[in-house]
Amino acid sequence: MIERLARFAASTAVVALVCGALAPARVSSASFATVDVAKAKAEGLVVFYTSVDVSVAERLARDFQAKYGIKVQVERTGSERVFQRIGQEYGSNLHVVDVVNTSDSANFLVWKSSGWLASVPLEDIARYWPPEFRDRDATFATWRATLSPIAYNASLVKPADAPKTWADLLAPQWKSKLVKAHPAYSGSEMTADYELMKAFGWGYLQKLGAQSVMQVQSSTEPPKVLSRGEQAVMAGGNEYVVFQLQAQGSPLALVYPREGTPFETSPAAVMKDAPHPNAARLFYQYMFSKDTQQMLVDFGGLRSVRVGLKEPANRVPITRIRLFHDDPAGVLKTSDEMKTKYAQYFGT
Amino acid sequence: MTRGSPRDFSRALFGAAALVLLAMVALPVGWLVATSLSGPHGPTLENYVTLFTDPTLVQPFIITLESSAAVAILCVLVAVPMGWCVARTNMPLRRLVRVLVMASLVTPPFLGAIAWELLAAPNTGFLNQLARVAFHLDRAVHPFNIYTVAGLTFVNFLYTFPYAFTFVANALERVPADLEDASAILGARSAQTLWRITLPLILPAILAGGLIAFLQSMTVFGSAAILTLPAGFHTMTTRIWSLFQFPPKPALAAAASMPILLLTLLLLRAQQLILGRKGYVVVGGKGARRAIVALGKWKWLALGFCALVLLNAIVLPYGALLDAAFVKVAPAVPTPANLTWSHLHFVFFELDATPVALWNTMILALGAATIGTALALVVGYLVARRAVRGWQLLGFLATAPLAIPSIVLGVGLFLAYTRPPLLLFGTLWIMLIAFVTIEFPAAYQQLVSVTSSIHPELEEAGRLLGATRLRVLREITSPLMRSGLVATWCFVFIGAIREISAAILLFTAPTRTIAVVIYDLNESGDTGSIAVLGLLLMVVTFTVLAVANRVPIAVTAVEEFRE
Repeated sequence: MIERLARFAASTAVVALVCGALAPARVSSASFATVDVAKAKAEGLVVFYTSVDVSVAERLARDFQAKYGIKVQVERTGSERVFQRIGQEYGSNLHVVDVVNTSDSANFLVWKSSGWLASVPLEDIARYWPPEFRDRDATFATWRATLSPIAYNASLVKPADAPKTWADLLAPQWKSKLVKAHPAYSGSEMTADYELMKAFGWGYLQKLGAQSVMQVQSSTEPPKVLSRGEQAVMAGGNEYVVFQLQAQGSPLALVYPREGTPFETSPAAVMKDAPHPNAARLFYQYMFSKDTQQMLVDFGGLRSVRVGLKEPANRVPITRIRLFHDDPAGVLKTSDEMKTKYAQYFGT
Repeated sequence: MTRGSPRDFSRALFGAAALVLLAMVALPVGWLVATSLSGPHGPTLENYVTLFTDPTLVQPFIITLESSAAVAILCVLVAVPMGWCVARTNMPLRRLVRVLVMASLVTPPFLGAIAWELLAAPNTGFLNQLARVAFHLDRAVHPFNIYTVAGLTFVNFLYTFPYAFTFVANALERVPADLEDASAILGARSAQTLWRITLPLILPAILAGGLIAFLQSMTVFGSAAILTLPAGFHTMTTRIWSLFQFPPKPALAAAASMPILLLTLLLLRAQQLILGRKGYVVVGGKGARRAIVALGKWKWLALGFCALVLLNAIVLPYGALLDAAFVKVAPAVPTPANLTWSHLHFVFFELDATPVALWNTMILALGAATIGTALALVVGYLVARRAVRGWQLLGFLATAPLAIPSIVLGVGLFLAYTRPPLLLFGTLWIMLIAFVTIEFPAAYQQLVSVTSSIHPELEEAGRLLGATRLRVLREITSPLMRSGLVATWCFVFIGAIREISAAILLFTAPTRTIAVVIYDLNESGDTGSIAVLGLLLMVVTFTVLAVANRVPIAVTAVEEFRE
């Protein structure tokens, strides 16, 4: 209980930071990475492995190319497959990727300890990112964040009938009506399931598994499944695609359960052996710029941990949401057990 | 011809072909076996113990076997009457039926599976919506559910039966009329003749068709990868694929491949035994007159049956994909309000994988078809003419890949070419090797039989006039085999377009194919973009096939395809 309270206190403190309640950190402008734009343009290409929704990734690539004339090759797939592929490629001494972003923060701990990440200290990150969202050695920082709330299709479920808590999802009326991303594919789902498991125990996932849940791979898909009307309620998936679809007129509604809502940070990093090192650094810098971060919020529906951004008025401010905070080291320790148990509970 | 006699040259050619085949087959299989026996502390049988005791490995195996058996039975039940109608009756639109069967052969199973999600997802699937309107059913009722073992079985059947159909139709065309005439003269009714004479004559083809259907659906990855996750079960291939998730367990994956490999070998051996015994029934040849049965008013029933099958395999799925390509949120009945160009725009102007992947897919398919056909021509010729000593070994190596399911081959190739001396991972070469290897047995078997059907006297004349074997092959035999070569080329090309299971393990960012891009887009549920890409892939494929055949597409390929 004390631990949970402490975690809750920590997360609210974090959120206060996120929303600009505190002033930007004071930093000495000493040893920041200098980016050689001319060299970057000569390299002409950035290979970007990411798990962000493909529409956001391609928008980012377009914006960057429009500004610098450097092409971004987007390789969008689920976090766990990005992780698997980089492992496969680096295991074979194949250095294809320049910049990487996944929603499983634990990935970055592994890559960092393998010595695969470059240290790229950026002024923006030092100044505007709270310390818990950046690596001490500047090898990675939280590029984007999102929540995993409950969501439902309001044309299929009346607001009064909608589930209000995680425990509600276990009720018989939601059997065969739920959709959920899969932790073996999606990094944010891995994180979210870990947080739910920490809060409610394995028993929660086991009972959820007995609800004949429709499973999909990426955490970006459940909102799309709701939007089609294939399932009524999202039991695991991300908030940002719900925002995107709402903006397109889809009748989706969000529920932030009173027990708490999983919060996932999604770091980015430059690879030490990036084949286009200068273009990679320029792109990395651009990813953390104010404009890009605001684009992630406005267009992408994401949360940003950068201090001082504006959130659209129709979204519940993160300060008003009780969060389950993410714990990359814990996820890393539990991930294999999570995949095994999950396969037993959910069938795949 | 004193310098380097033709015989010497053949030997060199044999040596080269054997080495290439050996590398293609033995290297990955060798690594597979070795890896399956390796553990963190040296050689071990532990992986095999896990394989037979872990329920998450045993269960997929049982599901796969049951589903594949059902696919084989369905394929036979459908392919035999359909093949008979097309080959031996006066049913109308026979040619169109053949073309559409060919179209379903070209359709990649993963694309068919995605289309069937649009048609038979339990809540929003078109067919379920239609059934609810027609029979006033509640939303909670869903007559069709593609996310089940039965659903997967059905989809696999739709995109596998063309193999069985081709076998059966070709065999029926080769049954000479004299035996059937004799039966009729002795007073048998036509149904009796069909049952007592014709069917027994084509039994080997039926068995071969059923077997191919079984093997295909046991080893298919694409459709299973799409349908099993939402359904909450695994097949063998998706389970093997999941073993590559972090932390990867290649040793267990290699061990899990072994039952599939052994079962395939066993079934192929059984087929040989059956076919070997019944070999004498392959009588007559093209010259024999085929008896065409006049169906009378039954011909409409026959056509209705064929139409029903093709409706499910082609018309409905492609209709659903077309819908998904142009409506905002599929599946939905298109109305002026929900039509959009956005998916088209996204695929052609925003998704930057499109041009790279399309280029890679075409290079790989054209390359695999050309190299595969050339290699199969040389090997097929050497074997059919018994031109070199050791031709039996060549023949064995050429058919061996049939026994290696492509996901397993992908694992083997990954193990083989990610370490010295051949570091090919990350290049298109490793994909090309995979594609050629996977499609090689079909190309080889076809070209052996085409070569055998050409009398050697023309070649002998060439040899007597001093030409080398290679020159004879180039200037005499190949031109005579032209249509057979084109058919083989098309067959390999189609196979490469359909391929996803090896590609998904072997691609890297610069070497992705359309199939891989579709798989990635499916992961995040971008159905509209998938539909556009899938239709684009099919348009390009049919264009290439049309150009390759120049004459009415594809039909030639089917007609020329001889087992």
